[in-house]
Amino acid sequence: MRAIMPHLPALQVVVPLIGALLSALLRRGTTAWALALLVSWTMPLIAASLLLQVLTSGPTSYHLGGWAPPWGIEYRVDLLNAFILLLVSGVAAVMMPFARRSVAAEVDQDKQSWFYSMYLLCLAGLLGITVTGDAFNIFVFLEISSLSTYVLIALGRDRRALVAAYQYLIMGTIGATFYVIGIGLLYLVTGSLNILDIAERLGPAAAQSSRPILAALAFLTVGISLKLALFPLHVWLPNAYAYAPSFATAFLAATATKVAIYVLLRLFFSVFGIAISFEHLPVSEVMLALSVAAMFIASLLAIFEQNVKRMLAYSSLGQIGYITLGISLANEAGLTGGIVHLFNHAVMKAALFLVLGAIVFRIGSVKLADLAGIGRRMPLTMAAFVIAGLAIIGAPGTAGFISKWYLAVGAFQKGWWPLVFLILASSMLAVVYIGRVVEVAWFREPSGLAEKAKDPPLSMLLPVLVLAIATIYFGFDTQASAGIASQAAHALLAGIK
Amino acid sequence: MSAPFEPDILMLLAIGIPFAAAALIPLFHCWPNLRELVTLTAAAALAAVVWCLVGPVLDGVRLERHLMEIVPGFVLAFAIEPLGMLFALVAGSLWLVNSIYSIGYMRANGEPRQTSYYVCFAVALGATMGIAFAKNLVTLFLFYELLTLSTYPLVVHKANEEAIRAGRTYLVLLLGSSMVLLLPAIFATWLLAGTTDFRAGGILPAELSGTLMAALLALYVFGIGKAAVMPLHFWLPAAMVAPTPVSALLHAVAVVKAGVFSILKVIVAVFGVERLASSGAATWLVWVAGFTVITASLIALRQDNLKKRLAYSTVSQLSYVILAAAILTPISVIGAALHIAAHAVAKITLFFCAGAIYTAAHKTEVSELDCIGYRMPWTMAAFAVGALGMIGLPPTAGFLGKWFILSGATQTDQWVPVAVIILSTVLNAGYFLPIVVRAFFPAAELRAHAAGAAVARHTHEAEHGEAPWPMVLALLATAVATLVLFFVPDIPLGLSNAMLVR
Repeated sequence: MRAIMPHLPALQVVVPLIGALLSALLRRGTTAWALALLVSWTMPLIAASLLLQVLTSGPTSYHLGGWAPPWGIEYRVDLLNAFILLLVSGVAAVMMPFARRSVAAEVDQDKQSWFYSMYLLCLAGLLGITVTGDAFNIFVFLEISSLSTYVLIALGRDRRALVAAYQYLIMGTIGATFYVIGIGLLYLVTGSLNILDIAERLGPAAAQSSRPILAALAFLTVGISLKLALFPLHVWLPNAYAYAPSFATAFLAATATKVAIYVLLRLFFSVFGIAISFEHLPVSEVMLALSVAAMFIASLLAIFEQNVKRMLAYSSLGQIGYITLGISLANEAGLTGGIVHLFNHAVMKAALFLVLGAIVFRIGSVKLADLAGIGRRMPLTMAAFVIAGLAIIGAPGTAGFISKWYLAVGAFQKGWWPLVFLILASSMLAVVYIGRVVEVAWFREPSGLAEKAKDPPLSMLLPVLVLAIATIYFGFDTQASAGIASQAAHALLAGIK
Repeated sequence: MSAPFEPDILMLLAIGIPFAAAALIPLFHCWPNLRELVTLTAAAALAAVVWCLVGPVLDGVRLERHLMEIVPGFVLAFAIEPLGMLFALVAGSLWLVNSIYSIGYMRANGEPRQTSYYVCFAVALGATMGIAFAKNLVTLFLFYELLTLSTYPLVVHKANEEAIRAGRTYLVLLLGSSMVLLLPAIFATWLLAGTTDFRAGGILPAELSGTLMAALLALYVFGIGKAAVMPLHFWLPAAMVAPTPVSALLHAVAVVKAGVFSILKVIVAVFGVERLASSGAATWLVWVAGFTVITASLIALRQDNLKKRLAYSTVSQLSYVILAAAILTPISVIGAALHIAAHAVAKITLFFCAGAIYTAAHKTEVSELDCIGYRMPWTMAAFAVGALGMIGLPPTAGFLGKWFILSGATQTDQWVPVAVIILSTVLNAGYFLPIVVRAFFPAAELRAHAAGAAVARHTHEAEHGEAPWPMVLALLATAVATLVLFFVPDIPLGLSNAMLVR
């Protein structure tokens, strides 16, 4: 144990990477699943011990291969990314038992081990992005996670999944290219790729904010905004989420966009610092406007969507709007709201997409009309939907309310009264689109497909219920969510230490 | 009192019992009798608990229990003060009566999905207790929203197109007003005052301008949509598609009273009666409430559907409480509190009667009620008592509230409220008395018909007598309570008086 402890940051990435390789060699889907389960359950243990380390003794630095930074690659874990690591790995671990039956039902027999291989690769990429302290290394992991994501989406049986994956491939590549251009510019100015090092070297240059730095900021912001699906760079997301296998959708919705948001936070607050990010370019104003647009337009689109999975995808876009809104507020309460919503949204969206996975497993459809009366046939599953849906709405007593509380306080502290009303008014749109599903599922007579449905087997039901209960739990006990988020926000705003 | 029944434990029990019942009821889904036993036991226990609490509260015991700070500013805490005690007492006692009635009603009408019905009912009661004992605005808000959410399935219970549409109105109006207006008001209060705790005399800082206070008050009054101040009243008539016991307890007592209770509490314990009076920030409220009282009565006059007529009457009566609070004298505020209790027992009686008529005679329209007093004498006698209570005539509890409100208004020479109350009393009589007259003293030819019908009772298939006994028992109990409250108003009066003591 003692020998392993110092290498935890590396293991966080290496273990799923090896897992992906091994999984590709396996033939049987179930064996591959067992391997993926083992890896997924190990990850949060590593992440939790990293978080504990950071909480007790401050940020830790790990030098890959013993090469000292800034020449070697540094894995640097502070409160923010330890928190994200735990979130990503934790959600993945909770969801993993769900995968076996869901994937068996939705992915061709001979491709199942590939599915788990890609899943582990994606997990490795996402954790890698989060753990590394090297800007170019982020790009590498970004590509690893993106490429595996394209495959995950394309493994859906629906033919439209191929188009969706292709669409995402194009958009994702543009995003990655922009990111590399931005990093390249930064490298030209500072001669470094290490985030900490770049930040230090930018320090004196920040005063005049030379044009290349601002160009780098612009390229990086747009590139990452593509990955996190900031409105209006979101067009790839609804189809990708709608046609991917259910488990892949739930996993990606809960983790992939969240990690992209983490990168944005890093860039704004750790690399450039608030001085450059928000003072020389109207980044925060633009982002604020786009966030509000996302909150309203995406939610409106969700209201008119007949495919519930796509509806939730649009809802995700709106919810991402809340997170970026928190970032653009750039004060402690607002930023805390953004980070805590990143956490809360991951939990509740995972729950909602898993519910849809369970419905697909039982009736093979997520069209709203086919869900008529399904609440009476799958009561526990749909109860989870109601609870997680309330969290999306932001009802008090759920995790969603905590996020909105902080966001509203952040807006108040800036003196932006109208924004408070906008934040709360947009949650009324969520009432409509969640309410629409609840109405159909609970108050229509069961018919057609839903008639013979019943709650899914325990291995699927349990993750759904755990996540649903978590959305309530984190609405009351906010030590682990808002507590850490506010510390992380404080650290981000204090700048690079 | 003995050690295990310390009042603060009792307070938490009052909130916990309904939730515990909600958790237990689904377990007995397959055994309806046991399931109803759970509801009845919980209701009886809750009634016992709230009655045990009254004594200490009247003796001046004030309790609080700080549960947890969820995030800065969002503190979950409970406290007992007289107004909340009064509200809890009314809702808690009536739940028992209503449960007896519910069982009769739901079984006699063969309603579907009874398990979820009783679960939602229990959750709604728990939320009501939470509102009554909330120590601060945020706790109140939490349970306020829970009350909306838990009553939504009850409104949509029938699951037909009409019920679903009504459910939408209900949810969007209540959730919408509370999220978009009430929550910002709470935020503003927190940021201005540094706390959201209720404190007699108010918590807002002294330097707050009159305009800002008026704006904040408006956010509260319209944000608390449950009080059904026009134009936010549409949800209440829409909610009448729910089974009658729901309309009776929730949409005549728990939900709507939670609304006026919240407004009253905000006026007394966030703004402070004297501060509002001296700033003049509440003058507009007299007009808005007065308008609602009169307009709702006028609409009620034109309703043929009995439950709709009762619903508009409720809208009108709720604004009495707000009007009384807006008069801003201690006496009128006492009247407001009294009216909460008085209207509750009288209105629940009327709804019980409407449900009994529906169950026994399958009649829903006022125009169908000719001679019904001959067939259902007990029910219609109770209805008459409830109607007197609505009009505010002695010897019913309704008289007391009106008396206090009127004295408050005349003392301070506020003639608008006086005119409103007098006019609305006439209107109340105008839409309630005809029902009673129709039931007992129909036109001559109908009376002959009724006599004939009474003779040939078993030949007609449409013949009916009283509703099942649990329902009749319940409606008689509340009718008697309406009368008793007039003669022995000690408890509500004591609590109302104590409310204003700092």
